Amino acid sequence: MPRMTMIEAIRSAIDISMERDGKVVVFGEDVGYFGGVFRCTAGLQQKYGKTRCFDTPISELGIVGTAIGMAAYGLRPCVEVQFADYVYPAYDQIVSEAARIRYRSNGEFTCPIVVRMPSGGGIFGGQTHSQSPEALFTHVCGLKVVVPSNPRDAKGLLIAAIEDPDPVIFLEPKRLYNGPFDGHHERPVTPWSRHPLGDVDAGHFTVPLGKAEVRRQGSSVTVLAYGTMVYVAEAAAQETGIDAEIIDLRTLLPLDLDCIVESVRKTGRCVIVHEATLTSGFGAELAALVQEHCFYHLEAPVGRVTGWDTPYPHAQEWDYFPGPARVGEALVRAMEA
Amino acid sequence: MMDDFPPLSLHVPEPEVRPGGTPDFSNVPIPKAGSVPRPPVDVDPRDIRDLAFSIIRVLNREGEAVGPWSGLLSDEALLEGLRHMMTLRAFDARMLMAQRQGKTSFYMQHMGEEAVSCAFRKALEPGDMNFPTYRQAGLLIAGGYPMVDMMNQIFSNEADPLKGRQLPIMYSSKEHGFFSISGNLGTQFVQAVGWAMASAISNDTRIAAGWIGDGSTAESDFHAALVFASTYRAPVVLNIVNNQWAISTFQGIARGGAGTFAARGLGFGIPALRVDGNDYLAVYAVARWAAERARRNLGPTLVEYVTYRVGAHSTSDDPSAYRPKDESEAWPLGDPVIRLKNHLVRRGAWSEERHRQAEAEVMDSVIVAQKEAEKHGTLHSGGKPSVRDMFEGVYAEMPPHLRRQRHQAGV
Repeated sequence: MPRMTMIEAIRSAIDISMERDGKVVVFGEDVGYFGGVFRCTAGLQQKYGKTRCFDTPISELGIVGTAIGMAAYGLRPCVEVQFADYVYPAYDQIVSEAARIRYRSNGEFTCPIVVRMPSGGGIFGGQTHSQSPEALFTHVCGLKVVVPSNPRDAKGLLIAAIEDPDPVIFLEPKRLYNGPFDGHHERPVTPWSRHPLGDVDAGHFTVPLGKAEVRRQGSSVTVLAYGTMVYVAEAAAQETGIDAEIIDLRTLLPLDLDCIVESVRKTGRCVIVHEATLTSGFGAELAALVQEHCFYHLEAPVGRVTGWDTPYPHAQEWDYFPGPARVGEALVRAMEA
Repeated sequence: MMDDFPPLSLHVPEPEVRPGGTPDFSNVPIPKAGSVPRPPVDVDPRDIRDLAFSIIRVLNREGEAVGPWSGLLSDEALLEGLRHMMTLRAFDARMLMAQRQGKTSFYMQHMGEEAVSCAFRKALEPGDMNFPTYRQAGLLIAGGYPMVDMMNQIFSNEADPLKGRQLPIMYSSKEHGFFSISGNLGTQFVQAVGWAMASAISNDTRIAAGWIGDGSTAESDFHAALVFASTYRAPVVLNIVNNQWAISTFQGIARGGAGTFAARGLGFGIPALRVDGNDYLAVYAVARWAAERARRNLGPTLVEYVTYRVGAHSTSDDPSAYRPKDESEAWPLGDPVIRLKNHLVRRGAWSEERHRQAEAEVMDSVIVAQKEAEKHGTLHSGGKPSVRDMFEGVYAEMPPHLRRQRHQAGV
């Protein structure tokens, strides 16, 4: 099986989707000729021509707004917003339009679009290249929200997203593009070529939306994580010696609640980890669901480890980033409660 | 040096007249009918920049069709157009009354603007797609969409094609080339460009039409639409309906220092035309010109329809609070229905008596439709969409959390 970085896996997913379905079109800022600032669409314009893969003006509103119109026509646009931090000009189009067109037209018009965007920190991107805005989308009914944590899932989830009949927000943790990252920024980078999830089938396959995956079996405490935080949680479990069960949520909306409930009922403890800010973050929704469905199994308060409620700083990146030490402390607290 | 200048002050535009004043449109230059040339559709946009500052008009004060934009429509087509506008007016009258009777929560009428959507629709072909605002129901009436379905939507009753999910008049009909109305302003303008791009990507022959009001041209969506339409030469007609008023805000607030709304197209290299929006023949002629440009792959056209919103913005609005009560009577472009009627009388194809008779017939047909719709219920009485429908259609397939919520709601 070929080894792929997450970038190559994403490119492979788009390539296969374009090859299988002539209705798939790909566009965004620097996406066409150059192939994207992260190279996720490299070579696609050459292969499929510039009417199926092209550069756009710098207008996220325009990118998503035209994608919605194309989807109404019957195409399947998979567009790129260069950084998740830049998606806000398109927010109205996503929230008020893409998410509701099926509902408000009683299915006459639909919006099968994918909006891809690199998210998260760990690359010294400062407050405009590091954000994790997933909660701004999980609060919107009509959207699906996906955050892959490895090349294999990225490919399978992206193909599933492109084939999905509804709009999907696809957040790509950019720190994972070239290798898994457990928060130990002082250590050498591990490439995907040395990680089993860097083995990616070259052909067409999907990872279903709405299905979580248990990344580490454990009996003491359940860790709910997604994206980069999956690896941070793994490191924290290893370093504390706590037998944590780590669930990679993969899709935040719709959420695989059954997987979460089954695990928390087994372990009796739950720690939620995300890089986004704390207040009204997706962790709040997870914590509420866990207490609602697992209250009588809980032996400790549900813990949350997240980014602080500040803008993502530059110099203080590793003080902000919820690394393995902070996650480890939360695991210990959960065990001691 | 700084001492040489007086302190800065902010300019806030004001309309010429406010309530209590005498309506004054002397600042609106109205060119003579027939005076604006009709360029070939493949004209270089740079050669017709003056069309963004004039007004294309066909019907003159005597009710004659004159000039290079005239001569496109037969008596039969014009009689049909007249009937569409009369139908829309009668429809509005009945639905306004129905709203006052509590049969629905909200309504928006077209009074004075009937020609814009009714005539535009006739310039399109089956399969073309409009991305309308809330004041283009003429696209449906002139497109043959059943009035009873419009009313079912307005009444949010058990036969509402949109299952009671949308505010009244936010229609949707794919079959009739009418994209689901958002209610958020301006969003559809750039979607129309995307639809048109998709048609071009697919080597199709169909074109799109975007619609926006004078006030909403201030939204970023308008700008993005023009950029994308210009860059990719999308086969789209971009329509600005300038009815002078954005709720209580006069058009000068959105227009700013630009001479006209149409002139916004010039910086994008998009041909921009202004047309008498109360002149059915002029609207049709310009719509056909722009549609032909799109269909011949010559790219987008920006059209500003100069018209006047005679009624309130909606049933929640009272215009007497912000403009003179009799301002509409002073509007220099007259009434679109009366102007077309006078033209047809002058052509010998119509008479006052036949007009009165037609008014009664049209009203009868609206009343028949309303009776039929009311059999299916009105907002607060009779049949209504099921509560189950509230949970359906958020996604193609209902996800588990919505199934749980529907169960909780007991449906």
